[in-house]
Amino acid sequence: MSHAATAAPPAQGTRRRRHPSTLTVLRWELRKLISQKRTYLGLALGAIPPLIFVVFWNFHEGPDRHGGIFATEITQSGLATPVLMLLFESAFLLPLIAALVSGDIVATEDSNGTLKTILTRSVDRGQVFAAKTFAAMVYAATAVFGAAAIATIAGVASWGFHHVVTLSDTVVSAPEGLLLIVAANVFVLIPLLTVASIGVLLSTVTRNSAAAVVGAIGVVIVLYIVTAIPGLESIHPYLLTEQLQAWQGLMRTPTDWAPITHSAWVCALYALPSLFAAYLVFVRRDVAGD
Amino acid sequence: MVLTAPPVKARGLVKRYKDLLAVDQIDLNVNAGEVYGFLGPNGAGKTTTLRMLLGLIMPTAGRVELFGRDPIREGARALDGVAGFVEAPRFYPYLSGRKNLQMMAALDGGGRSERVDEVLALVDLTDAAEKRAGAYSHGMGQRLGIAAALLRGPELLILDEPATGLDPAGIRDMRVLIRRLAREGITVLLSSHQLAEVQEICDRVAIVRSGKVVYEGPLADLRGASGQSYRLHTSDDLHAADIARAATGIHRLVVAGPELRFQASEADAGALSLALGHAGVAIYTMAPTLASLEDLFFELTEGTATGNRQPAVDVTSTPKATQ
Ligand SMILES: Nc1ncnc2c1ncn2[C@@H]1O[C@H](COP(=O)(O)OP(=O)(O)OP(=O)(O)O)[C@@H](O)[C@H]1O
Ligand SMILES: [Mg+2]
Repeated sequence: MSHAATAAPPAQGTRRRRHPSTLTVLRWELRKLISQKRTYLGLALGAIPPLIFVVFWNFHEGPDRHGGIFATEITQSGLATPVLMLLFESAFLLPLIAALVSGDIVATEDSNGTLKTILTRSVDRGQVFAAKTFAAMVYAATAVFGAAAIATIAGVASWGFHHVVTLSDTVVSAPEGLLLIVAANVFVLIPLLTVASIGVLLSTVTRNSAAAVVGAIGVVIVLYIVTAIPGLESIHPYLLTEQLQAWQGLMRTPTDWAPITHSAWVCALYALPSLFAAYLVFVRRDVAGD
Repeated sequence: MVLTAPPVKARGLVKRYKDLLAVDQIDLNVNAGEVYGFLGPNGAGKTTTLRMLLGLIMPTAGRVELFGRDPIREGARALDGVAGFVEAPRFYPYLSGRKNLQMMAALDGGGRSERVDEVLALVDLTDAAEKRAGAYSHGMGQRLGIAAALLRGPELLILDEPATGLDPAGIRDMRVLIRRLAREGITVLLSSHQLAEVQEICDRVAIVRSGKVVYEGPLADLRGASGQSYRLHTSDDLHAADIARAATGIHRLVVAGPELRFQASEADAGALSLALGHAGVAIYTMAPTLASLEDLFFELTEGTATGNRQPAVDVTSTPKATQ
C-alpha cells in the first residue's frame, strides 16, 4: 500500500522539492553565530588575556620582572608569548569558550522554539544536527586561532620575530617556531572539540542552555578534581583534562608525538560516543518546546 | 492505484504524556482543496495532533501520511509541499524579519528567495522587514509566521490558531487570505478554539475534546442536527415562562429580551402551546430556531449534554459522531 504511495505518482513528482545541502544549513548556523552577542563574548575571552599580558609586560618590564620558566624568553622572542598564552588558556579558558557555544547551540533553539521553525522546512534533523555540531567546532577553532593570532602578533610586535627556546631548552628558528605554534594550536583543538562534543550532547539532552554550558565546563572541573585525588594517578592518562596539555609534546625536540597520538584516541573515546548519543537523541526526540 | 494521496491522512493517532492521553485515537482525513477546521477547547490536543502531523513529535501510536508520506519515517521529504506552524511561530530574535525569511528560503532548498519581498508585502510587513524579529509585536510575529509558511509555496498549509493575538483587522485579513489561498487550490488545515473563526471559512471540521474527535463533518450538518430549539413570543411572557417551567420536556428556558427561548421536542412544544392557550396567554410567535453553533460547540466540548440530547448527526463522510 505504502509502496504505491511512495512510488512517486505524477502528482507527487511535481511536489518533490529541492532540499538544501548540509553546507547551506551550516552556512546559516554560522550566520546565526555571527549575529549573536554571546559569540563575541567567547572570542573576547580568548583574545583579551594575550593583550593584557603584552601590555602589562611592556609597562612593567624592569627590575621586578616575574620569574618562571618563560621570564627571560618572553622578551627574547615574540614567539614565546603565544606559547605561554596557550599554556595558560588551554587549561580552562579555552574549554570554557568551547563549552559556551556548544552548550548553547541546540538548547537555545529549543527554548526559543526556533527548532520547530527550521524542522518544518526542507531539512532533515540529521542535517541540522551535523550543521550545529560543526558550527560549534568551527567556533572553538576560531576562538583558539583568534587568540593565538593575537598573542603572536602582539608578542612579535613587542619583542620581535626571533628564534625561540623550546620546552626542552633547544633553540628553533623563528619560522620553525611559528610552524610549531600553529601545530600546537591545531592539536589543542582535539581535546577542545571533545569538550564541544560534550557540550553538544548536554545541549541536546538538557534542552537548557545554561545547564549545558555549566555541565560541560563542570565535566572539565570534575576531571581536574579527580586529577588532584591521590591514588588515582593510574587513570590520569585517560582523563580529558590531561589531553588539554598534550600539545606540549610539540614544543620539545625531538618532537614527542606520544602524548599527541595518545590524546587523539583518548579524545575520540570521549567525543564520538557523545556525538553519537547526541545525534540519536536529536533525531528522535520530541520538539515541542516553546 | 492511488494517483493522488490525500493531503492529510492520520489513523489512530495517540500521544501519551505520562498519565495524560493528550491525543487519544484520532483519525483525520483532509481532502485536497478543502479548508478543514480543527476545533476544540484549550488542552483538547489540537497542537499535539498538528505536531505529530508535522513530524515534530513522535506519536505513541498510529500513523500519519501527508500526501502519502510519513513524516516520522521520511523526515523532511514528507514535508514537501507542506508548510505551517504550531503554537506561536518562532523566529530568530536577533535577525531581521527579512533575514529570517531568507534563512527559511535557504532551508527550503533555495530558489524562492526572490519571493521574500512578495510574502512580506502580502502580510503587510514590508515596512518592518529590517526590524529585528525580537522587536516584533505578537501580531507581527504571527504574520511573519504566515509569510514564512507561504514562502514555501505550499499545497497544504497547517495553521495552529493563526488568528491568536491579531487585531480585528488582522483577523479579517487572515480570513480573507485563507479564503484566497483556498480558491487558489491550497488545502488548509486550521486549528482554532473559536468557532466563529472557523465557521465562515471551513468546509469541514473535526471537533476534539480531551484528545478525542467528537464530531467530524460539515458544520452545516452539525447545525441541522440540533433542530429542536424554539423562540416564543406571547402576550404575557413572564406568565408564559412560569407555565413553561412547570411543563414537562421544556429545557434550557431563557428569557431573552422580548421573547423566550427553550428547547423541546415537537410534541412537548405542542403541549406547551395548549397549556399557554388554556391559561389565556396568547401566542404571537412560536418558531423553531437553529441552535447557535456556539451552543452546540459548547455542548460537544464541555459535555453539558446530559445524554438525552445527542446530536443525531448524519455524518456521511465518516461515522464519527459520538456523544
Ligand atoms: N510536552 C508536553 N508534556 C506534557 N503534557 C503535554 C505536553 N504538550 C501538551 N501536553 C498536554 O496535552 C494536552 C493537549 O495539549 P495541546 O497543546 O495539544 O492542546 P490544544 O488543543 O492545542 O490547546 P490550546 O487551545 O490551549 O492551544 C494538554 O493537557 C497539555 O497539558
Ligand atoms: Mg494549541
